[in-house]
Amino acid sequence: MKILVPVKRVIDYNVKPRVKADGTGVDLANVKMSMNPFDEIAVEEAIRLKEAGKAEEIVAVSVGPTKAQETLRTALAMGADRAILIETDAEVEPLAVAKLLKAIVAEENPGLVILGKQAIDDDSNQTGQMLAALLGRPQGTFASKVDVDGDHVAVTREVDGGLETVKLAIPAVVTTDLRLNEPRYASLPNIMKAKKKQLDVKTAADYGVDIAPRLKTLKVSEPPVRTAGIKVADVDALVAKLKELGVA
Amino acid sequence: MKTLVWVEHDNASVKDATLAVVTAAAKLGEVHLLVAGSGCRAVADEAAQITGVGKVHLADDAAYEHALAENVAPLVVQLMGTHDAFLAPATTTGKNLAPRVAALLDVMQLSDILSVEGEKTFTRPIYAGNAIATVESSDAKLVITVRGTAFAKAEATGGSGTVEDVAVTGDAGLSSFVGAELAKSERPELTSAKIIVSGGRALKDAETFQATILPLADKLGAAVGASRAAVDAGYVPNDYQVGQTGKIVAPQVYIAVGISGAIQHLAGMKDSKTIIAINKDEDAPIFQVADIGLVADLFTAVPELASKL
Repeated sequence: MKILVPVKRVIDYNVKPRVKADGTGVDLANVKMSMNPFDEIAVEEAIRLKEAGKAEEIVAVSVGPTKAQETLRTALAMGADRAILIETDAEVEPLAVAKLLKAIVAEENPGLVILGKQAIDDDSNQTGQMLAALLGRPQGTFASKVDVDGDHVAVTREVDGGLETVKLAIPAVVTTDLRLNEPRYASLPNIMKAKKKQLDVKTAADYGVDIAPRLKTLKVSEPPVRTAGIKVADVDALVAKLKELGVA
Repeated sequence: MKTLVWVEHDNASVKDATLAVVTAAAKLGEVHLLVAGSGCRAVADEAAQITGVGKVHLADDAAYEHALAENVAPLVVQLMGTHDAFLAPATTTGKNLAPRVAALLDVMQLSDILSVEGEKTFTRPIYAGNAIATVESSDAKLVITVRGTAFAKAEATGGSGTVEDVAVTGDAGLSSFVGAELAKSERPELTSAKIIVSGGRALKDAETFQATILPLADKLGAAVGASRAAVDAGYVPNDYQVGQTGKIVAPQVYIAVGISGAIQHLAGMKDSKTIIAINKDEDAPIFQVADIGLVADLFTAVPELASKL
């Protein structure tokens, strides 16, 4: 079985994003970018399935600017076999990404597509579900355990009240939650080797997909700022405050 | 505009999350509900009582018992022939289902909306809530998930909706439900609690977490939450997690105990009315958002606080 792993280049999760003064977006100039944390978990899971003999090949794919090649090289250094970049400078919405991925699935025929549950920039949490819908295939979202058994995969999902397990017919789409695994670090030799692995660059037009946005961002603003609080000296003062609030 | 609201339920009663979605839907137009499940007529009858509700579409079939997206999405798509917008709460069920519906309708979904600004204009948080985007949809139909804490809850009674059976679409044959391990809790539900006491990594281990946090929560009648660090360290199950990747809460009072206040945690609780932080590190980022801060060792301060309430 082949596994397809879509990865996204996003602002590093440790960076506090700054809204541009003109309200057109978040300032990404000279900001550290990294692979979306949930996608690292997806790459790791694919590698573990390969190591367990459940998969033969891992193809990493990204939609984004030329620099997204770095993100793909990271995936290759972790253990992906080859990569595809669909190059575009436009911001591509989940629906368009899902359509591009559908076209790649048609070419590559993977048994599993493993995505992160959400990207930490747009926080949409849509692409995996949309891809599954477009393919007419089952989805195992928010996975904390993935168990491939022949032509089925059992996915344990993190749901609001606890955990839930579903059994999906392969081919299937899985999205990763934080507790699925602990992603490995790429070693220096593997980073060097990754430079020689195959990375194909394509465009959206190659797949005949219209990536024009459906949503128009009218404005991006700072969230309301909380007014500065006070510090109390001891527990008694805190108790008094809680009484004022009417909760004690 | 005719809206269709996904009713979150457990085949026995309507979950609270539905009520805030009804409020959001009412801002767009006529509110219809969809109750899909198995043996769930009582849920439909209960849903019809919600203030402001018109028709309740009831789809009662074994295929919908566990709300598997593969089976439910075609049902929603069928009903969207006569509705203009589909709204679901931004719960794990809503987030699982709505994008599948959106893709089948060939529209972009609006995730986790905070407000309705116009018929096609909404605000939503991006970058872990560090920015708020105002977005306008150009699609003919809307598919939306609603952040429960951002809208007032509609009254659960006083309405006079009518229940109508709809044609079921059956089992898509792609997926099946195997089982669930649901955490049992006597406490208020995290996302609807008025008071939350949350613990972080500083609580040391599961036993210390229980021994320190629970007495305080009991005194206040509060729900218990946790930071990702506390969940990863195994102090509490992961459905306690508050943050960008866990639950989003906005209680009256949020008490953060031994939580440093990382960006990802703040994303889940910074809309709380009053934030109280107890932390021994006076430079912890949590104090920048806390209304009331106490710099103290939690192992002495929290038991003392619990005993004085």
